[in-house]
Amino acid sequence: MTVQTPPRVTPGTPATAAKPETGKPWKERWAGLFFVAPFLLLFAVFLAWPTVYGLWNSFFNTSLAGVKQEFLGLQNWREMFNDPAVWSSLKNTLVFTAMSTPPLVIIALVMALLANRRGVLGWLLRFSYFAPFVLPATVVTLIWVWIYQPGFGLVNGLLTAGGFAEIDWLNTDNRAMLAVVITTVWWTVGFNFLLYLAALQGIPAQVYEAADIDGANGRQKLFRITLPLLSRTTGLIVVLQLVASLKIFDQIYLMTNGGPNYATRPIIQYIYQNGFTNYRIGYASAISYMFFAIIVIVAVLQFKLFAGRKEADA
Amino acid sequence: MRTTWTFPKVASIVGAVILAVIWLVPLLWALDTSLKPEPETTLSPITWLPQAPTTEAYRSVVEQGDLIRWFMNSSVVSILVTALTLVVSVLAAYGFSRTSFPGRRVLFGLIIAGILVPPQVLIVPLFQEMTGLGLVDTYWGIVLPQVVAPVMVFVLKKFFDGISRDYEDAARVDGATRWRIVWSVMVPMSRPILVAVGIFTFIGAWNNFLWPFIVTTDPSMMTIPVGLANVQGSYGLRYAQIMASAVLGGLPLLIVYALFQRHVVRGVGDAGIKG
Repeated sequence: MTVQTPPRVTPGTPATAAKPETGKPWKERWAGLFFVAPFLLLFAVFLAWPTVYGLWNSFFNTSLAGVKQEFLGLQNWREMFNDPAVWSSLKNTLVFTAMSTPPLVIIALVMALLANRRGVLGWLLRFSYFAPFVLPATVVTLIWVWIYQPGFGLVNGLLTAGGFAEIDWLNTDNRAMLAVVITTVWWTVGFNFLLYLAALQGIPAQVYEAADIDGANGRQKLFRITLPLLSRTTGLIVVLQLVASLKIFDQIYLMTNGGPNYATRPIIQYIYQNGFTNYRIGYASAISYMFFAIIVIVAVLQFKLFAGRKEADA
Repeated sequence: MRTTWTFPKVASIVGAVILAVIWLVPLLWALDTSLKPEPETTLSPITWLPQAPTTEAYRSVVEQGDLIRWFMNSSVVSILVTALTLVVSVLAAYGFSRTSFPGRRVLFGLIIAGILVPPQVLIVPLFQEMTGLGLVDTYWGIVLPQVVAPVMVFVLKKFFDGISRDYEDAARVDGATRWRIVWSVMVPMSRPILVAVGIFTFIGAWNNFLWPFIVTTDPSMMTIPVGLANVQGSYGLRYAQIMASAVLGGLPLLIVYALFQRHVVRGVGDAGIKG
């Protein structure tokens, strides 16, 4: 992510304009701003401003009506650190992240290894693995809530047909999170699968041809060539997945509404409840910022790890 | 060359097919349920194929009307988001890649920092802002925050950086303005990545749940994902109808994906790995 300084006289300057940079007319000097202005305007209004405004709010006792503002200093922040619901919903978010990330990476890798083939079979495999990813969260959860139904749902139907006991997936504390994780893996593994597939297709065929000449078998090629060459991709996928999993909200809200007994409520749902159900804008903003800080820390740590690795590669 | 059917080859094909079947079963089960008459859906033990397939569930869902309205809202919103994101991001990426103006590096750094801001932490202040602007329950209220995609600007700028300046220079000699160069040199040369960015923006906008859920309260302004979230309650426990609406809600994107699979797969590679 380096921002390059264009050389003073760029090769792109037209042949006709051999005049020195300083002599550039006002119009030419500011022309570039014209191109970035529409994006910058939207960026300022719908990203930068709310980011700053949220921080500002966290020091006030603001309600959604926003009529009266009472300066509270750090009181929202202090309350947050002493609020058990903050910690339990943060724990749920972390548990979800820890449970969902490994299968979302490993199954994606296996799928990519299996589907990296040409022809109709390859097309069908790629379609099946990625198809759920294009569905809206609501469609996914409608289907899976139905699948998890006790009595006549598909999963329990199969369990009872196989002679096993039924599981009340969505209403049992420790099963509900597992149910959400299974649904999430089914829904989103396709994206990681495509990232792995692109990386696999980028490995030059000569590498394998050379290995064939040396008499390597399939197993050796997999463990000595393919997997090591995918390590950078794995790093990338793990970062993207960790950040994506930490933002969990849709599936849980739609499948369990955070239940049973708040056992699955993620931090974003708690922010939502404070802001839009209890109308406590200031408090919701403080929690948002704590969550924001966690995301940034994860991203920066991973980025550092990456930057280090890239240098080692070079 | 003859294919030799070794054990690992056969095993990998069998494994691949089993995984594909597992991944397709929930979709097929939803389709299957939607074609059953209502009483058959709650039989125990479960029936696999509908004994008397019927489109009754689809008819009732469509007749209730909301789904068509939500479908239109989703189409308007997703098309607007995609078109605006592409135009605004292409212009910005060109500006940052090819022009110099005071403050350019600082601004680009700021936009890169914007990639780190998760939209989820902005829901509360953004909603206040939308209330202030009078944009709650409007298309613009749903669309505009989704158009700000710093990561698109970053990916496109990197791509533009890789395009040789010779093409531009040639166009300039012919008297093309910068504006012309963007649309008749840069855009055609980056078609594959623009198609990929466009498809992903469209899918993302169509499927976005949290923001439209927050900024719409009027059922007639809801998009499909938000509208469907209320469906389970309003249909009671009529599973055939619930599954029919799920199938109708998911089908458009499955079709888009089936048609554009090649672009999607290549696009992920271009944007994700090289980006």
